[in-house]
Amino acid sequence: MPETGDHGASIELESLTKRYPGSAQPAVDNVSMEIKAGEVVVFVGPSGCGKSTTLKMINRLIEPTGGRIRIGGEDVTDMDPVKLRRKVGYAIQSAGLFPHMTVAQNIGIVPRMLGWPRARIKERTEELLDLVGLDPGEFQGRYPRRLSGGQQQRVGVARALAADPPVLLMDEPFGAVDPITRDHLQDELIRLQHELHKTIVFVTHDFDEAIKIGDRIAVLRERSHIAQFDTPEAILTNPADDFVSGFVGAGAALKRLNLTRVRDVEITDYPTVTVDDPLQQIFNELRTSGSNEILLLDRRGRPYKWLRRGDLMRARGSLARAGTLVNDTVTRDATLRDALEAVLTDNAGRVAVTGRRGEYTGVVDMETLMNSVHEMLEADRLDALEHQHELQSLRASQTHAEQEGAAGPAGVGGPGGER
Amino acid sequence: MNFWEYLVNRHQQLLTDAYQHASVVFQCMVVATALGVLIGVVTYRSEWAGNLATTTTATVLTVPALALIGLLIPLVGLGVPPTVIALTLYGLLPVVRNAIVGLRGVDPALVDAATGIGMSRPSRLLRIELPLAWPPILTGIRVSTQMLMGIAAIAAYASGPGLGNVIFRGLASLGSANALNQVLAGTLGIVILALLFDAAYVLIGRLTIPRGIRA
Repeated sequence: MPETGDHGASIELESLTKRYPGSAQPAVDNVSMEIKAGEVVVFVGPSGCGKSTTLKMINRLIEPTGGRIRIGGEDVTDMDPVKLRRKVGYAIQSAGLFPHMTVAQNIGIVPRMLGWPRARIKERTEELLDLVGLDPGEFQGRYPRRLSGGQQQRVGVARALAADPPVLLMDEPFGAVDPITRDHLQDELIRLQHELHKTIVFVTHDFDEAIKIGDRIAVLRERSHIAQFDTPEAILTNPADDFVSGFVGAGAALKRLNLTRVRDVEITDYPTVTVDDPLQQIFNELRTSGSNEILLLDRRGRPYKWLRRGDLMRARGSLARAGTLVNDTVTRDATLRDALEAVLTDNAGRVAVTGRRGEYTGVVDMETLMNSVHEMLEADRLDALEHQHELQSLRASQTHAEQEGAAGPAGVGGPGGER
Repeated sequence: MNFWEYLVNRHQQLLTDAYQHASVVFQCMVVATALGVLIGVVTYRSEWAGNLATTTTATVLTVPALALIGLLIPLVGLGVPPTVIALTLYGLLPVVRNAIVGLRGVDPALVDAATGIGMSRPSRLLRIELPLAWPPILTGIRVSTQMLMGIAAIAAYASGPGLGNVIFRGLASLGSANALNQVLAGTLGIVILALLFDAAYVLIGRLTIPRGIRA
């Protein structure tokens, strides 16, 4: 893909503050965080916690009243905001497409402002439509009102990516679409990010969305105070305080299953035979294998039937009539939650795992699932403890520094005792 | 002489008057549109300024046309100047009001999106806000034009151009042979002109309102 190679840039927020005139409390109070290049960071928190305000300060749609913003190491706090915004993609809820422009015009608007030649804009538009999964020929000339909500959102993302900005800000972009479409769009975004490696800051109030999309999640409470800033795994297994655990909600262990793929856990090997094997061999296999069940594969190596001891006898040696058909399989890319679902609904508590072309690669059952979940949670717990320890020592040194400073001329230190 | 014979007889004079009538309305409308949209653009962001603009133009409209023209004569003399000034002032209100309403009606999320993707204020106004506000502005222009068609007739009082002259002549000589014909011809002429202009606006709307926002 002819990308201009402009991959993500890091974002640093340094004691970012927004104070509106006439209100005693700042809307965003002293937020500092570092977002690495190519990382997806999700701001999640209750409505009115200032997460959107914090996001809008990154492209200075809202001018901060204090603090610095650095993108890719460059201080952008005082740069011309119009120039800054052309380097930072921006996608919002319900897409915000301009209704009087066609899809192509909407996508091409930033490149046009940047003075790209017409042919290059056209090429870029088509490339982007392809990228977000819309057929350029069909959609280019359409007006936004003739698109579904999901399609509009895709165009919105394409528009945000048009000039290939290293940073992409997304303000509850999937908030206004139905759950099924939202799920698709989230998957698409994850796929896109695999190709593009942008630095994405994503705002949502939906914690499940945050878990799914984020490399790291910043759980924000009122005035945008960071309650916890960590990987989804760590937040799920070790929420920093009651506020975070309240936000994570019930079923953290189940949500944790969403974060691990079948390929990441141990899958057991099952004795298998194929439909082309002679009956005698199948009999032998059934007798010699430890388990009382073997998996019958079809000619292309895909799981076909479960054969129990005695099934063949009852069917009088006919493979066509013996055993039970495999009605559910999971792929290696499926989440453990999908796998658990399949195991739970299977009458014998196991499910076959398939590769990319549906070929058999192994089996997961209840026992392997339980074991791997336990291992996983234990590892997470250790990680999170380590992170917390680091955070504490960092805070300790900060407090120390503040106290040192307070000894000098009137310390500027904010309310440090908050957390 | 019946009405038809009168028309045939005087068609030269009537056509000239009609042309002048249309011409003065058209030119005043162009000025009123430019001024009205400009006032709208300058004032729509502030609650206070926008309301002031609407109220002022509304007040102008409450002054009777005859009185306004009469008041203008000592200031600018007879003929074309008082006509043009009066018509332009009267034409402002609907344009100003619709421009403000239209510009304020643009979805704030779109303005936010436009700013967020890096549009400067002038280009946001030109590319996003004005095109989206154009349908209501055009409606304002259309209403204004209809109104000016009637008001322009009164301009004859200040020796202005247009079909008003025919009507006034008829009214002045009521009882004479052609009085009724004159009044009738002038009035009908104005109605026909108004209909023609309206048809033109429908066409302009078709051509200038982007397909994506056409009702």
